[in-house]
Amino acid sequence: MARTLAEKVWEQHLVRRGEGNEPDLLYIDLHLVHEVTSPQAFDGLRLAGRKVRRPDLTLATEDHNVPTLDVLAPIADEVSRTQVETLRRNCAEFGVTLYPMNHAEQGIVHVIGPQLGLTQPGTTVVCGDSHTSTHGAFGAMAFGIGTSEVEHVLATQTLPLKRFRTMAINVNSADGALRPGVTSKDVVLAMIAKIGTGGGQGYVLEYRGNVIDNLSMEARMTICNMSIEAGARAGMIAPDETTFAYLEGRDHAPKGADWDVAVAAWRELRTDDDATFDAEVDIDADALTPFVTWGTNPGQGLPLGESVPDPAAIVDENERVSAEKALAYMGLEAGTPLRDVRVDTVFVGSCTNGRIEDLRAAAEIIDGRTVAEGVRMLVVPGSMRVRFQAEQEGLDKVFTAAGAEWRSAGCSMCLGMNPDQLAPGERSASTSNRNFEGRQGKGGRTHLVSPLVAAATAVRGTLSSPEDLA
Amino acid sequence: MDAFTTHTGIGVPLRRANVDTDQIIPAVYLKRVTRTGFEDGLFSAWRADESFILNQEPFSRGSVLVAGADFGTGSSREHAVWALMNYGFRVVISSRFADIFRGNSAKAGLLAAQVAQPDVELLWKLLENEPGTEVTVDLREKTVQARDLTVAFEIDDYTRWRLLEGLDDIGLTLRHADHIAAFEAARPSRMPRTAPA
Repeated sequence: MARTLAEKVWEQHLVRRGEGNEPDLLYIDLHLVHEVTSPQAFDGLRLAGRKVRRPDLTLATEDHNVPTLDVLAPIADEVSRTQVETLRRNCAEFGVTLYPMNHAEQGIVHVIGPQLGLTQPGTTVVCGDSHTSTHGAFGAMAFGIGTSEVEHVLATQTLPLKRFRTMAINVNSADGALRPGVTSKDVVLAMIAKIGTGGGQGYVLEYRGNVIDNLSMEARMTICNMSIEAGARAGMIAPDETTFAYLEGRDHAPKGADWDVAVAAWRELRTDDDATFDAEVDIDADALTPFVTWGTNPGQGLPLGESVPDPAAIVDENERVSAEKALAYMGLEAGTPLRDVRVDTVFVGSCTNGRIEDLRAAAEIIDGRTVAEGVRMLVVPGSMRVRFQAEQEGLDKVFTAAGAEWRSAGCSMCLGMNPDQLAPGERSASTSNRNFEGRQGKGGRTHLVSPLVAAATAVRGTLSSPEDLA
Repeated sequence: MDAFTTHTGIGVPLRRANVDTDQIIPAVYLKRVTRTGFEDGLFSAWRADESFILNQEPFSRGSVLVAGADFGTGSSREHAVWALMNYGFRVVISSRFADIFRGNSAKAGLLAAQVAQPDVELLWKLLENEPGTEVTVDLREKTVQARDLTVAFEIDDYTRWRLLEGLDDIGLTLRHADHIAAFEAARPSRMPRTAPA
C-alpha cells in the first residue's frame, strides 16, 4: 500500500501495535535532554528504582538557563544554577553523556543534534521541548514531549503514541526559488498565518515542492522548527542529496560501508507517488514577501508591506477579541504601517534562526552599517560550534563593528530564562519562534522576523527589509 | 497517579482563546526541580491585574477551568499542568487543546475535557451570571453538569480508561518488555549512539 514518509518512519519503529483503543508503542532512536524539563523525570526514576534503559541513545546539554555573558563565572541566578547542577548530577548518576556550558559541543539541543550528525533520516527523535520538530528537516520523526514522557523514554526507550493524520504543505514557485529578501522563515510564518495556530493539530506536516527541494538544511530546519506553532507536533522533509551532503563526515554519521547502506535506506524515505495525505495546503512562494508578526501568537502575521490590522474588520468574534487583546498588549494602533513600528531590541539567535547560515545572512546586511541609535542588537549563536565557525569567518567582528553584542551560545532571549530579557513595554524584532505575551520578558513585545529583516530593522530602527536600506 | 472518576468544584470562566503555556506559566517560573510549588507562577502576568478572574472571590477557590479554544498551545512544559494542579484545578474544559498539553494532562492526572464551543459559551454565561456555581465533571459518563445544564465532553477512550484506573504509563509499557527487547535485537548496528565519537 502506498504510504507517506511519516507513515514509513512510524511503521519502522513499531515495537507493538496497539489493540483496540490502545496507542501504538514506538521505539525512540534519540532522546535529547536539557536542564528544564528533566529534573522531575530523573527523580521519578529514582523513586521507582529504575535505570536509564539506553544512555547510549540519550544526550544532554545545558541551553535554556545558561547566561551568554561572563560564561566562565558561576551562574549568578541561584535557581538557574541549581537546575543546571541538578542536570549534571543526574547525568553523572545515570551515565548520560552531557555537554555542559563552555564545552565545545554545547548549544541549543536542536542545533547540536544535527550538527553532531546524530539526527539522521528515518530516526525517531524526542526531547522535552516543543521545538524538537526541527529535526524533521532530515526526514526524522521528531516531536516535543512533556516531563512524564521524558521519564517514560528514559525508562523504556519507547513511547505510547496515538496515530496521527498527515498534511502536505506544498511550497512551490515558478523557478523553485524564493524572491530576493525572502527566506524559509517567511515561508513558515506565512504558512502559520494561513492555517492558524491550531490548524496542524493532530497532524504530522510534510513540507514538499520545488522551493523545499532547493532549500539548504539550515533553511529546512527553520521551517520544521516552527511546525509546532501551527499546532503540529512534527514537521518533516524527505531526505535528499542536500541532506546526505550535510551529514557525510559528521561525528556520528555512519562511516565506510555503513554510510552506503544508510544512504540506500534513506533514499527509500519518500512519500510514495500514489500515497494520499489527509489534508493538503498550497503556498504560492512567488507571492511571498518578508513576513512579520503583529500580534501575540505566531499566526498573527502579515507581509511587512501591510499595516496593523483593524480588529473591527474581523468577522469571527473570538478572533476579533483575540486581535483586540493582542493590539492592546503590543501597544499598536490599527492602520499603522508595519514599517513604521519602532523597536528597542533586535535578537538574532534561537533554535529557529541561530545557525551559521542565519548569522551569515544577518552579517551580510549589517556589514559596513551601524545599529540605529537607541537600538540594542543581540547576536547569540545557537551552539559553541556555530560561535567558533562565525568567529573564524570574522562575523563577530562584523556585528560588533556595527554596534551589536556578540554573545555565547544558548536559548537566550527566545524565552528569557537567563538574564537576556526585554523590560516591560520594550519591543523586539526577533528571529525566534514565539511572540506570546511576556515570552521574552514580562511585558515585552515581540515581532517575529527572519534574520534578514532583523538585521535591516537593527539598522533603521523600525521594522524593515533589506530593500529598505539605501 | 490517583484515579479520577468524578470531581465537583467551583467553575472559573476564562474567556480567552489561545491560552498558551507561556501565559499559564512563564519561563522564569520553570526553574524548580520538583513537581510542586508552581502555583505562584500560574497565569502570573494576568494575576498582577486585580480584575483578573482568579483574583475575585469565589473564583479564586475554583477547581474547574472553562477556557476558550486552543488551550495550552506552545511549549511542551508539563509545568503548565503542574501549575494548574498545584493551584487546585482538577479539570480544564476547552473546545480544543494543544496536543502536547493534552498528553501532559493525561500523564499528570489533570482532566482535559473537550466540550463543543457552543456548550463552552453556555457554561461561561452560567458561571458569570451565578459566580460560585459548582460544576460536576463525571468521567464515567463523560458529562459536565452545572445547575440545570448538562453537556457532554470528549476524551479518547484509552486516556479515559487510564485516568479511571489511575494507571502509570511506564508500568503499562513495561508489560511489553519482551517486545522492546526483540525490537532492540533487530535494530541495525549502524544506528547512531550518543557516546562521544
